[in-house]
Amino acid sequence: MSVSQPTWNEVPGGFHPASGPDYLPLEQLRDLQFRRLSATVARAYERVALFRGRMQERALTPAHVRTLADVAQLPFTVKTDLRDTYPFGLFAAPMEEIVRLHASSGTTGKPIVVAYTQQDLDVWTSVMVRAFAACGLHRGDVIQNAYGYGLFTGGLGAHYGAEALGATVIPISGGNTERQIMVLNDFGVTAICCTPSYFLHLMERSAEMGLRPAQLRVGVFGAEPWSEAMRHRIEKETGISAFDIYGLSEIIGPGVAIECPRHDGLHVFEDHFWPEIIDPLTGNVLPDGQEGELVLTTLSKQAMPMIRYRTRDISILHAEPCSCGRTLRRIRRISRRSDDMFIIRGVNVFPSQVETALLQVEGTLPHYQITLTRDKGLDEMEVAVEVTEAVFTDRIQGLEELRAKLSSAIEHIIGLRAKIQLVAPRTIQRSEGKARRVVDKRTL
Amino acid sequence: MKLNQLSLFLENKPGQLKVPCQVLGDAGIDILTMSLADTEQFGILRLIVRDWQKARDLLRAAGVVVKVNEVLALDVEDRPGGLARVLDVLDQAKLAVEYMYAFTCDARGHKAALLFRFENPDAAIAVLKQHGVRVLESEELLARIKG
Repeated sequence: MSVSQPTWNEVPGGFHPASGPDYLPLEQLRDLQFRRLSATVARAYERVALFRGRMQERALTPAHVRTLADVAQLPFTVKTDLRDTYPFGLFAAPMEEIVRLHASSGTTGKPIVVAYTQQDLDVWTSVMVRAFAACGLHRGDVIQNAYGYGLFTGGLGAHYGAEALGATVIPISGGNTERQIMVLNDFGVTAICCTPSYFLHLMERSAEMGLRPAQLRVGVFGAEPWSEAMRHRIEKETGISAFDIYGLSEIIGPGVAIECPRHDGLHVFEDHFWPEIIDPLTGNVLPDGQEGELVLTTLSKQAMPMIRYRTRDISILHAEPCSCGRTLRRIRRISRRSDDMFIIRGVNVFPSQVETALLQVEGTLPHYQITLTRDKGLDEMEVAVEVTEAVFTDRIQGLEELRAKLSSAIEHIIGLRAKIQLVAPRTIQRSEGKARRVVDKRTL
Repeated sequence: MKLNQLSLFLENKPGQLKVPCQVLGDAGIDILTMSLADTEQFGILRLIVRDWQKARDLLRAAGVVVKVNEVLALDVEDRPGGLARVLDVLDQAKLAVEYMYAFTCDARGHKAALLFRFENPDAAIAVLKQHGVRVLESEELLARIKG
């Protein structure tokens, strides 16, 4: 199994049995990865029409994948592929074998559906256990899971992992700040899972109420980008260790990569997810250490294998050994995207979604601009919309109704309430080429 | 009978009200009366001018969002109870009023002109006539202003 004991034994309870694969000798790891890759490509070729079609276009068959490097020959998968095959077009298992469906929003209106067999769920749980173990969590910890439960993969993903870890899980889901704080203080919570901005918000509210959750030791934060500066602020103000967790529903959910106590990049659970960095313009694979777009291939998923999925997240792959002892490669924390998607309160939003909503209400697309702000940890989205003669009405109520309609349409599509600001014509800056749709005033 | 009123969208920020006033001022257009309805975010400025078409075109060219609406100028006794009497008529006839405001003009003769925006101006004209409430023609109204 593992080669050496991990060095992070400052944590009581230390090493978790499930973490063995984190420490595989490289030769064993690569061998395992190749076997799984072959099986995945064969499965996808046999069962997923879209993938097979693209392979055939390139005169490729699974037999062409003879080494791990041959992944680079395979076709990419992009987000629109999931939208275009909605709902179940990319599934590689019959419905009777699929025990879970999750969904997340697509770029315009239709959700993206992902599926899991029992084995897929077991893999998901195992990577989440390893992720929590890397954060120093173990049986005896009390984990408050404030990721949203439901179609979103965050809540249930973290839940199953925390439970399998042997910890005491509080499935509180998102929202209701007063109750979150009550539980945080009264239930002896030692670790919390939520978005980093929501955690800031909880801390601000707690401070206002004069409360300090003394037992809180660890934060497992994800679903949105956050900086080193933010981490230092959290750790300084609360004394907890803050860990970044990375994942995406298209691949599995949370649990694709996790920081270790060195906090120097996130270890990718690459025995299950093969990472590549590519040049987003040419599609060429870049060497370790160079910045580019993160591409992921699932190595064990049955219900919905994903071959070379372009995440649009910008990162770097580090192959140098980490002093924690893990042989899994690290990716640099994600701080930005190669497209115009932004994340607010853990929700992915594309400006095109806002455009769809505006178009729906007005019949044409007005000039607009989205401004993101953060007040005491709570993110706000404000959409300034230029008033045109077509929508202008002489009645105050008419304009208020317009605002309400716009707000409601946006909420319907992205699931978040945005404030609408009606502004005078030509107030929003015009630009040559790409318009500046989003002004992000938050310090992440 | 119906007066053409200009309605302008004003964002609630400094300098917004000045823009249309400056445009009209520069063109020598006299604002006969006005009303400003406001909310926290924005306002609607309602104006009566003589040459409303010219004003509208100038404002549009200056990038102001303008709409033209019809309002009625009602002749109201300028003494206590004058308005109440008119409102009584409207209530009984169930005529919905969107908004109203006063017309600044010569107060001689104890007559006031009040502008009303009705949901259905034509229905309103018929009812008001029946009840003896005078709807002023624009010439008479404009004559009153300058005395």
